[in-house]
Amino acid sequence: MPNLKDLKNRIESVKSTRKITKAMQMVAAAKLRRAQESAEESRPYTKRFNAVMAGLAASVGGSSSAPLLLRGTGSDQTHLLVVMTSERGLCGGFNSSIAKLARLKAEELKSAGKTVKILTVGKKGRDSLKRDLGDDFVGHVDLSEVKRVGYVNAQDIAKDVLGRFDAGDFDVATIFYSEFVNVVTQIPTEQQIIPASFETVEGDSDGAVYDYEPSEEAILADLLPRGVATQIFAALLENGASEQGARMSAMDNATRNAGDMIDQLTIQYNRTRQAAITNELIEIISGAEAL
Amino acid sequence: MADTMQFDLVSPERSLASLQVTAVQIPGADGDMTAMPAHAPTITTLRPGLLRVESPEGNSDYVVSGGFAEIGSEGLSVLAEKAIPVTEMTRDHLDELIEAARAAHAAAHENKTEHHSLVDDATKLLADMEALGEHINL
Repeated sequence: MPNLKDLKNRIESVKSTRKITKAMQMVAAAKLRRAQESAEESRPYTKRFNAVMAGLAASVGGSSSAPLLLRGTGSDQTHLLVVMTSERGLCGGFNSSIAKLARLKAEELKSAGKTVKILTVGKKGRDSLKRDLGDDFVGHVDLSEVKRVGYVNAQDIAKDVLGRFDAGDFDVATIFYSEFVNVVTQIPTEQQIIPASFETVEGDSDGAVYDYEPSEEAILADLLPRGVATQIFAALLENGASEQGARMSAMDNATRNAGDMIDQLTIQYNRTRQAAITNELIEIISGAEAL
Repeated sequence: MADTMQFDLVSPERSLASLQVTAVQIPGADGDMTAMPAHAPTITTLRPGLLRVESPEGNSDYVVSGGFAEIGSEGLSVLAEKAIPVTEMTRDHLDELIEAARAAHAAAHENKTEHHSLVDDATKLLADMEALGEHINL
């Protein structure tokens, strides 16, 4: 039976935990709004970009003069998995679900006899994949110093990935990130970025035949590397929003659990206190009766 | 014939402008061009330079670099990797751009045996940047 002082200390400690989780929840809520805004602001760019690229790819694609980034190296022996996670923990299942998806994919590829290379973005995913797949790591991008993810960060990652591609380090690149649906739902997603695949946008076939300046091939060669950066940027933003959403709901749960615990402990505390008082009374009364 | 068309200027980080315009001067990769309503559908890549927008409400200029412009039947969209309104442009911004151009220039010079065109491109980029600075009086 814990004594009164222990109980009191427990209650105090749970209370301060609750304060922290509550604060984290509110910070996450504020950050989530910002992250969502920037995700939405980038959407028109990504959408138009993909529409144009889809058109270009459709007209040039297939021909042997198409850039390597579009038609691939012709093999799919070596895969690069770009695993994007957060730099900080305490956000529920966010990081582990991305890592899990990446791990499954890596195992699947390995059992098919392919070579797997892993580039991690964000510390948490690196930590959780290190044990099983540590030997396959080829690099890591640290974003812990970055306050707000900008296009520049995506460009840096893209440059890294493209550099490896040009050096012939891999044939296929896939990014792993979490798609933001709402505060309680984030879907871990994998998306192939090299060779590039563009979804054809429906209802966009207005039949307009474009003039290209310079040639279609030159434009495509110029835009494909930018496309990689654009897709990475979109994924980073989705990830940012997902992270804050996941943290917000995780911290909301934690705050509620702390509240429940405080209630329980308070009841126990009061019972113990009353038992002590009753005990004392009994002692006084029986002492008085003995006289 | 409509005398205005829809114009959108977007960068990855934000949408800078969306309005009805009468003409837009685009710094295309093969030279400047002016797009007016009912222009033939065209896609061109951008070189770093000044994007000049003329609308019934007045003119505005943007410094853009990297990306492309799409002139379609409904209007014109410019997707630039970097886009800054000239009014917000400062000497620091320009210095940054020039610095990047210089670095590219130097890098191209080092392995010039391989690609002559790269050196030319970088030289042109640097010249473009400096001309731009003079143009907007910084």
